[in-house]
Amino acid sequence: MHVLEGEGVTKYFGGLAAISNVDFYVDQGEVLGLIGPNGAGKTTLFNLISAALIPKPGIVKYKGVNITGKKPYKICRMGIARTFQTVKIFANLPVFDNVRVGSLFGTFLKMSPAEAEKTTTDLLEFVGLSDASNIPAKDLTLANQKRLEVARALATKPELLLLDELMAGLNQTEVAQAMELVKQIREKGITIIMIEHVMRAIMNVCNRIIVLHHGQKIAEGTPQEIANSKTVIEIYLGEQTNAGS
Amino acid sequence: MSTTGLNLKKLWVPGIYVIILVFLATLPMFGSAYSIIFLISILMYVILAVSWTVFSGPTGYISLAPAAFFGVGIYTSATLGNDLPFTALIIIGGLISTALALLVGALTLRLRGIYFAIFTFGLVELIKHTLLWYEVKFTGTRGRFVVVIDNETIYYALLIVLAVLLITAFIIRRSKYGLALQSIGEYEEAASHMGINVTLVKVLVFGFSAFFMGAAGAIMATRWTYVDPYIAFYLLFSFMPVLMGILGGMGQFYGPIIGAVMVTYLEELLLTKFPYYYMLIFGVILVVAILYLPQGLAGLIEKMRRRYLGGERART
Repeated sequence: MHVLEGEGVTKYFGGLAAISNVDFYVDQGEVLGLIGPNGAGKTTLFNLISAALIPKPGIVKYKGVNITGKKPYKICRMGIARTFQTVKIFANLPVFDNVRVGSLFGTFLKMSPAEAEKTTTDLLEFVGLSDASNIPAKDLTLANQKRLEVARALATKPELLLLDELMAGLNQTEVAQAMELVKQIREKGITIIMIEHVMRAIMNVCNRIIVLHHGQKIAEGTPQEIANSKTVIEIYLGEQTNAGS
Repeated sequence: MSTTGLNLKKLWVPGIYVIILVFLATLPMFGSAYSIIFLISILMYVILAVSWTVFSGPTGYISLAPAAFFGVGIYTSATLGNDLPFTALIIIGGLISTALALLVGALTLRLRGIYFAIFTFGLVELIKHTLLWYEVKFTGTRGRFVVVIDNETIYYALLIVLAVLLITAFIIRRSKYGLALQSIGEYEEAASHMGINVTLVKVLVFGFSAFFMGAAGAIMATRWTYVDPYIAFYLLFSFMPVLMGILGGMGQFYGPIIGAVMVTYLEELLLTKFPYYYMLIFGVILVVAILYLPQGLAGLIEKMRRRYLGGERART
């Protein structure tokens, strides 16, 4: 059974189809990459999965259960956590409390305050922010704010983690560290769907990739298949190579 | 740092609260009649300011509804005062205000920022004029007489309500729901994706804060003997808690308390000493305070405490 499954997922903003009739699935332990040019509908798809938006028409199933139309907090407690493209940390709260919120409210079986603190401490160590635990989150660098978002999402004990452009805006070293982090999360047995523009990262860590363009799924396959796909090169990778040269 | 030092520091703050509470509780035995009357208005404003801050402080939803909840409490006493004992009036006044807050909250707490503020502002006017229309149309009078209760009873009633408010507000602030409220204020969308049922938390705490405003209204009505919708739903009761919260500083638990005490004292002082320039001076003080004390008086106190106690408070 698929961990997450979408059937005919569609979302219109006014007359514009941000996502139209997209089918997708992700299996236990997989890292699924979601790529596509800007405005392709990647973040919209994340919003539809995490229930910030409701697909119309279309359904999203999590472990076989229809979760379409549920509230975001319920989705989170069921085991789907996410990070945001533009970081949405609790800027004035200490780093520690940012993560503690996740473990206090986001877990399916509520944690006791002591357990929540333990989880928080462990996760801050996992993402390498232990030393920063008492400073306000807004004082972190962008790379660390993104790591904080990851820790906060992990604090909700997810089985499925949605990472929205974790590596955008990071320098080479930070990208390498972020890739390492993604691999470590995968090793914990957490299924991951990641939106990414950094091709090196996508090709390196994903088992499978879905390419979106103008709200439609235009290709799906292993990193090799995608890298060799003519359509993908034409509309996406091609653009990048040209722009880069 | 030794553990005894930590324990002492933990006891220090509640200790001050207890001393103040004991002082206030015994005051009618030695205080003048004037001091009781003066403290009644201070206590009333402290209740309004603290209960306002419980919700609006951490979430950043600026509610201008205190006058509505306070007024509902006043009218509870005005209509039921002859039939029910004082304690029942206070509780019922609080409960009706809570019911109103839950209803209004469920309908409007999805409004953000200025829209919420304007809606709550409108709510006060709406209730005021609906009530006025009702009174004129059906009872044929504009105002009502309220059962009179002696000042000492009023004073103790306010003090008890305040003590209950402070204890519960403190518990909420320290609990995980305090953290949830702060997260909502910081980034509501992210909070909802972290498993917080933001609507429920907001509505419940909004209702909680309304309870104490309503209870205070039910008590205060008995001091005014005569009320009409204009007196009961007076918008100043909406603005004062906001002002006191901001002036006192919402970052610290005691912020709105000193804010309320200072403003009430200042108002009394200026009104008696400079009756003609009172509003002018009051305004200037407020402008200066807002400009130079962005964190309020509590922020200033914390800053000085940090300066004189050195790095003792720093945790990293």
